[in-house]
Amino acid sequence: MSTAVAQKKGFGAFMWDYLTTVDHKKIAHLYLVAGGLFFLLGGLEAMIIRIQLIKPDNEFISAGLYNEMITMHGTTMIFLAAMPLLFALMNAVVPLQIGARDVAFPFLNSLGFWLFFFGGLILNFSWFMGGAPDAGWTAYAPLSTTSPTHGVDFYVMGLQISGAGTLIGGINFLVTIVNMRAPGMSYMRMPLFTWTVFVTSTLILFAFPALTVGLFLMMFDRMFGSVFFDVASGGNVIIWEHLFWIFGHPEVYILILPVFGVFSEVFSTFSKKRLFGYSAMVFATVLIGFLGFMVWAHHMFTTGMGPVANSIFAVTTMAIAVPTGIKIFNWLFTMWGGTIRMTTAMLWSVAFIPTFTIGGMTGVMLAAAAADYQYHDTYFVVAHFHYVIVGGVVFGIFAALHYWWPKMFGKVLNEKLGKWAFWPFFIGFHLTFFIQHFLGLMGMPRRYWKFLDGQGLDTGNLISTIGAFFMALGVIIFLWNVIYTAMKEPKASADPFDGRTLEWSIPSPPPFYNFKQTPLVRGLDALWIEKSEGKKAMTPAEPLGDIHMPYGSIIPFVMSFGLFIAGFGFIYQVDNPVWLSLVFIGMGITLGSMFVRSVKDDLGYHIHKEDLEKGDGQV
Amino acid sequence: MAKDTNSTHNEFEKAEHKQEMQHQVISFVMMIIFTIAAFALVVSDVSKYFTIPIILLLAVVQVVFQLYYFMHMKNKDHEMPALMIYGGIAVAFMTILTFTTIIWW
Repeated sequence: MSTAVAQKKGFGAFMWDYLTTVDHKKIAHLYLVAGGLFFLLGGLEAMIIRIQLIKPDNEFISAGLYNEMITMHGTTMIFLAAMPLLFALMNAVVPLQIGARDVAFPFLNSLGFWLFFFGGLILNFSWFMGGAPDAGWTAYAPLSTTSPTHGVDFYVMGLQISGAGTLIGGINFLVTIVNMRAPGMSYMRMPLFTWTVFVTSTLILFAFPALTVGLFLMMFDRMFGSVFFDVASGGNVIIWEHLFWIFGHPEVYILILPVFGVFSEVFSTFSKKRLFGYSAMVFATVLIGFLGFMVWAHHMFTTGMGPVANSIFAVTTMAIAVPTGIKIFNWLFTMWGGTIRMTTAMLWSVAFIPTFTIGGMTGVMLAAAAADYQYHDTYFVVAHFHYVIVGGVVFGIFAALHYWWPKMFGKVLNEKLGKWAFWPFFIGFHLTFFIQHFLGLMGMPRRYWKFLDGQGLDTGNLISTIGAFFMALGVIIFLWNVIYTAMKEPKASADPFDGRTLEWSIPSPPPFYNFKQTPLVRGLDALWIEKSEGKKAMTPAEPLGDIHMPYGSIIPFVMSFGLFIAGFGFIYQVDNPVWLSLVFIGMGITLGSMFVRSVKDDLGYHIHKEDLEKGDGQV
Repeated sequence: MAKDTNSTHNEFEKAEHKQEMQHQVISFVMMIIFTIAAFALVVSDVSKYFTIPIILLLAVVQVVFQLYYFMHMKNKDHEMPALMIYGGIAVAFMTILTFTTIIWW
């Protein structure tokens, strides 16, 4: 439902609608807005870091605040910006692409969002409550276990709560994709975005428990006096590194795989060709997912694991370049000989290919364990992971937003402004990070507050900061585009880009029940098959009948709010046991709402056939 | 659902249920026997290099019984859970193998 319609109901009703919604399309809006706000916050932190490093021996911010900035920039961008933005896309698109009316568990979908949101709030409340976490986004022990402020406690509680939300979301999408595909959609007929979301959800299912365990150990060390990471009492700090990276490496594939799906959709649509090597793409996606669990120790080459472990992990890491290379070539061959339309979505996707290839190449360089002793903890690493995460994930999110914006909001984003946003961001990105490879090779260490004059680092850092301002300009133009489109652009048709998959067979934005009749899928690119046979719409797989819909619920919000309160209780009970009361109140609210949910039957309602027939007459 | 259909269908379902019940009872008895065997091995005076592998083997067989007969993994439409379980076991096994063989910590 568009905002224009909702506003007629008044602001209170509009808010209540979104607080209680279990509709995947509205939850996508929530993820997009929340993730977008955190993205701006993380971007602001990045700008402060770059301003501090604009000239040698700068005093723009203090050393302690700088540590908080780098920690919160990394944590926010990974957990609170990239993840929810991807969940926004998954929610907006996957049920439509598989011809489903919602996800498998709409209630859990809402719970997953609110857990993420309150977790993110806890993390950012730390700014106003005695200092943010300052041990880096990796929070290595013993730096994190001995950090004197409550900052790391906020990190632990915030990530624990939002991580639970992510895990719930991942399981939800697994079940949705396994069980709710439209008749005729076999696994090898699923659009590639759905495939990558499927593999990503599997990675979430297997990787996040490692983070949960690590965070629990950290929580008990910091709050309840255990000694898991205390070497003096027989603990071991390396355990944290292993647990963090057993989670952390699959995490970066969790981020990149869905945007691989996005690019596959965009390249195929705007080249007017079916995706080249579909089955090879599926195979490569699954292989990347599998190999993603066998490479975590390449983050720890200099920890001292010994030459055997280092060599084996170097080889498995380099092996990942093979399926990724398969993908790059398949995208190139998809474009080859196609009728290419250079829309904004296509522009972001085309720019992704060389950018990501550079990032992948430096990745293989870093994978060489012996050479890594030279690169480790320098700006070379910073440049590498920004090339894959910004050049991959962020470019992908921008491409996806331009591609699916009509499906999410009913209007096509302005193309001219879209291109105006692309160029400063693209140029700024390469200005910022390309030079950082060389700063790293010259020996500039990452995470340092200052660099000194006369070491040949001045010009590089200045260029890097100028690039960051260009990127900020690009983001501002994009935001302006969003406002401009909402005010000025006309309503989009159901299929503005001549799409190939099921989401383009229903109106933009879709009605709240998505499909009046479940479509029959006759092959890959289901809508394209119908189009190529001269049909205007999908063949329905069922007669028109009543549609069963779930009721909205405020319980997910209340449940997450309880954990939010309990989180503060856990953090402050170290200072004074009185704070334990917050733990009891918060957990009481959460467990109470779980109880209410369990005993109260919520059977949902039916949209009757007659009302559907009276409707707009669309498919 | 079954009530709407004719009687032959009902009989077929009954036979199915009977067989299902038989399988469950057999696996239940087997599991009790395995458990008793495991306890007996520990109590009796057998070398622990014999006892430990046997107990582990019995445990694995019990888990398989549990999953396939009591949790219906032998039935149709359980390929995806099976794939997930085996995938998870493979990853966990590789990880543990890595820690016990090549990583010094």
